[in-house]
Amino acid sequence: MEALVQRLAPPPAHVDPDEYSVGGDGEGNLNALGVVRGMQVPRVPDPAAFLSTYTNSMSQNPQAKIKLEHGTTTLAFRFRGGIIVSVDSRATAGSYIASGTVKKVIEINKYLLGTMAGGAADCQYWETYLGMRCRMHELRNKERISVAAASKLLANIVYEYKGQGLSMGTMICGWDKTGPQIFYVDSEGTRLKGNVFAVGSGATFAYGVLDQGYSYDLSDEDAQELGRRAIVAAGHRDAYSGNTNNLFHVREDGWEFLGNKDISELWYKYEQEKKDARHATAAGSGADAGAGKQQGENAARPTTEVQPVPMEE
Amino acid sequence: MEMNGGSVVAMIGKDCVAIASDLRLGSQAVGLASNFEKVFPVNDKLFIGLSGLATDTYTLRESLRFRVNMYRMKEEREITPETFTHLVSSTLYEKRFGPYFIEPVVAGLPDATPLNPNPKPFISTMDTIGCITTPKDFAVAGTATDKLYGVAEGLWEPDLEPEDLFETISQTILNAMDRDALSGWGAVVHVISKDKVVTRYLRGRMD
Repeated sequence: MEALVQRLAPPPAHVDPDEYSVGGDGEGNLNALGVVRGMQVPRVPDPAAFLSTYTNSMSQNPQAKIKLEHGTTTLAFRFRGGIIVSVDSRATAGSYIASGTVKKVIEINKYLLGTMAGGAADCQYWETYLGMRCRMHELRNKERISVAAASKLLANIVYEYKGQGLSMGTMICGWDKTGPQIFYVDSEGTRLKGNVFAVGSGATFAYGVLDQGYSYDLSDEDAQELGRRAIVAAGHRDAYSGNTNNLFHVREDGWEFLGNKDISELWYKYEQEKKDARHATAAGSGADAGAGKQQGENAARPTTEVQPVPMEE
Repeated sequence: MEMNGGSVVAMIGKDCVAIASDLRLGSQAVGLASNFEKVFPVNDKLFIGLSGLATDTYTLRESLRFRVNMYRMKEEREITPETFTHLVSSTLYEKRFGPYFIEPVVAGLPDATPLNPNPKPFISTMDTIGCITTPKDFAVAGTATDKLYGVAEGLWEPDLEPEDLFETISQTILNAMDRDALSGWGAVVHVISKDKVVTRYLRGRMD
């Protein structure tokens, strides 16, 4: 009986009751006001189990045919100059690198950024939808929504789908009346406020760099560099992160995109700088810096030849 | 195979063969080393690539070294690529019910003999329990197998001279690795021709 009731019950509707009653059918899963009314769910006793037969969205079934984007490194941290948001751009399906040009920072509006980890579609869809809800809030209240309220809106939405296979780990970053704020929201329903977050398979590597370089009093330039370096470190060590780095800086007047850089090229650059620094110390002064530079030009050649392989005895 | 990652590819050219491997050693998603070569010399014109579980790469290399040395002492001559392939195959099949997690690729230039005055360049590959395939163009193995097939199928052509073969095999492995999360971190290429072996290390993406 309970199973039958559950099956016939309407899908979840995370909307204001008054909005819902305005009714009228819109497009797909939106009502006339463009509010998500509830997603269609497979008519089976356990939709989550049904889904996990075919996808790995809950990391339970490695044999699943459809592998969704999983590996990622994203980070965001708060400091005197605002917020730095830095992410990689790799999408993997199993060990296959499906794309190296994914936009993992979702621009919700001029003042709000969301990051993407877990299911790419889940993050993209719900964060875009969050953008709509934030705009509605602005129109109703003649005031921008706070980061706390925006992130709670998202947390409440994903909580309604808890256990149904949504997969997202996201940082909602923005500047409101109270200043810069970061909230970590995931599909389990967790919502945390904090200063430093890293999310994804490469997060541990990113935290390593972040923790040793972080200070609230960082200059803008140093903070941006720290964000870059943390993603490069993660992209280097983690097989499922890499390709390029996208960097954002959130200030009082909204976010600014600071560019897209190749992680591998940055890694080689940092390695060369380390080498140059060592040379300089070994020489006892900065006089030897030129030698390291020349070596760098040689290293730009794609190959190095070595002695023919000796015979095996 | 997905434990440590890694890939090997071999190609036939005009009177030459080339064999290449990536340099990554990983533990699942974490990269541990970027100097893990998977291709080893058997004699001065014969190489074997052992991609798969890293511990078996070493075990099998030592086991094969022992057997090749025994062969050399008993026969008082170098082992041919064909014979060596069968030796590898038998070594693998010995562990039929608990195999080495290795997919080997053999590449070599046979010496001219009275019986075979015009030997052709030789490559072969096996599955984990020793089933032999001897392609006429190229052989691939490892976590980037699918990608290597794709690129090699597009780039390879018959009768490449050593320099062109080097370019072809290098582009093949570099581009295949860039689509594989578990291979990469640089590569090594050996081009075996009649009078010399040229070994080059390729700079690859480090992410």
